[in-house]
Amino acid sequence: MQLSEIRIAGFGGQGVILSAIVLGKAASIYQGAFATMTQNFGPEARGGACSAQLVLSDSPVLYPYVTRPDILVVISQEAYNKFGPELKDGGTLIVEQDLVRVSHIKEGIKVFSIPATRFAEELGKRMVLNSVMVGFFTAITHLLTPEAVRDAVADSVPANFRELNLKAFEKGLEYGNGVLINSPELRGFEAAAVVEE
Amino acid sequence: MKADPRGVLTGVHFIDGDHACCEGALAAGARFAAGYPITPSTEVVERFASRVPTVGGTFIQMEDELAASIALQGAVWGGAKAFTVTSGPGFSLMMEHIGYAAMTETPCVFVNVQRGGPSTGLPTLPAQADMMQARWGSHGDYEVIALCPNSPQECFDLTIKAFNLAEEFRVPVMFMMDEVVGHMTEKVVIPAADEIEVVPRKHTHKSTKEYLPYQTNGNPVPEMAHAGEGYNFHVTGLTHDERGYPNMTPQTQDKLVRRLQSKVRAATDRIAMFEEEHLGDAEVAVVSYGITSRVAQRAVDLARQRGVKVGKLRLITAWPFPENKIKEVASRVKALVVPELNLGQMVREVERAAGGQAKTFAVSHAGGGVHDPQEILRVIEEANQCR
Repeated sequence: MQLSEIRIAGFGGQGVILSAIVLGKAASIYQGAFATMTQNFGPEARGGACSAQLVLSDSPVLYPYVTRPDILVVISQEAYNKFGPELKDGGTLIVEQDLVRVSHIKEGIKVFSIPATRFAEELGKRMVLNSVMVGFFTAITHLLTPEAVRDAVADSVPANFRELNLKAFEKGLEYGNGVLINSPELRGFEAAAVVEE
Repeated sequence: MKADPRGVLTGVHFIDGDHACCEGALAAGARFAAGYPITPSTEVVERFASRVPTVGGTFIQMEDELAASIALQGAVWGGAKAFTVTSGPGFSLMMEHIGYAAMTETPCVFVNVQRGGPSTGLPTLPAQADMMQARWGSHGDYEVIALCPNSPQECFDLTIKAFNLAEEFRVPVMFMMDEVVGHMTEKVVIPAADEIEVVPRKHTHKSTKEYLPYQTNGNPVPEMAHAGEGYNFHVTGLTHDERGYPNMTPQTQDKLVRRLQSKVRAATDRIAMFEEEHLGDAEVAVVSYGITSRVAQRAVDLARQRGVKVGKLRLITAWPFPENKIKEVASRVKALVVPELNLGQMVREVERAAGGQAKTFAVSHAGGGVHDPQEILRVIEEANQCR
């Protein structure tokens, strides 16, 4: 895994920080790589802007912050407006499609959308939308193995919500794999992502 | 002595530096903390407050930092290993009692998760501007030990070390974290309890009749007794004799204060921990500590790629200042580059220890973020041009 800078952003309470913890744990504990996570949040318990920065690498991470993210995951319009312009040229944008309207996108940015909130609601709890996003992220980016992320999800959520979160993860993963298969223009990206591993 | 397994959360974790520091304290045997919440340090005691009752310990949220910093010393004299946690403004309030701990030789740990100052400054953002305060903040002549972790793993490992040094030398140990290290989440491996070495209290073997609390018997660090064990002793911040009674003569003052200083100073090389890389052929050495050492490492790597013969020296022990190491490195390079998140603190110590053997370059930063590695790289290249 090359050094990858990732930002996950949304509102407090959407599980932004937990998503980053799951992905960081998957990389550093279940996949033998290195991960450093830092976070920014306002004084509000929920509702304020919230973002997590995650740096993944095969070698120890020195600089802890994200400067230009390779991958931006946004779950709110405010987060998109604020962090969209930071995304690296040719980077990957992952959005919750019902919460974010993508506009003014730079050429070369690969955009992937998922109705994660709707999926989470269908599973019975809106709260697990972050696990849907984590599954989708896993499928789209190929940075982490589904096994590693699955273990990290199971390990990071309360026991009584474990099964629900794992279902949500599988839903996002499956949807992501479907998006890649059904998007001929994105197959090249998928192949490139696999080679990069 | 091995760690008490009840306090050791053996396993592989993905936690931040504040939580790792708390786990280090529990593993080291801390069973008491007193604190007053302040960003970005609160998470340390927040976790301690929820964890410590399970191992039979106590956390008290005091009315302020003055109270916290003296309550913990009461706990130590009652037999516990104890610490407190704070940041900038709270650290300022604790200065009086840091001096008290030094004077009464109370082994304890003060964790300072540094944020931008002066005053309330930048509560949620990093700085390394309390380094001189850690050394000189209380009045009078005294010595402390100060350690600087640069990762959550080190927040765990070095917190144990901090408690061990406090017991060995009977001094307050300053654990100088910063906001980035405190709030950064990374993998932290906590070993089994039987792999963790813990220094127990230097308890006296003397009988209650023979014991004199500040008698040294050839070793500069006296032995302790605890309240409630039947020993008569007196603990005071006044200049005291071997019995612990106030004795305010120049002779007693000279004997006491010189011992307080020399017990640490004489052990400087033994206490000094540092990490070095590429110093063998280096013409420029980057001296850094804490979070800045990680940013500096990137600058060193970039400079090496450009063919600059640069090495790194990371100070893990800031106080007592590892003078001999700096002197030795300065004798081999032409320049020392010192990046830190303040406007020039440890760089002056480096310059003093270098004693003119190498030119010293500061890379200052007022805090609120970390350096841009390019800025450190620029100064490395400038330093490489000198002489």
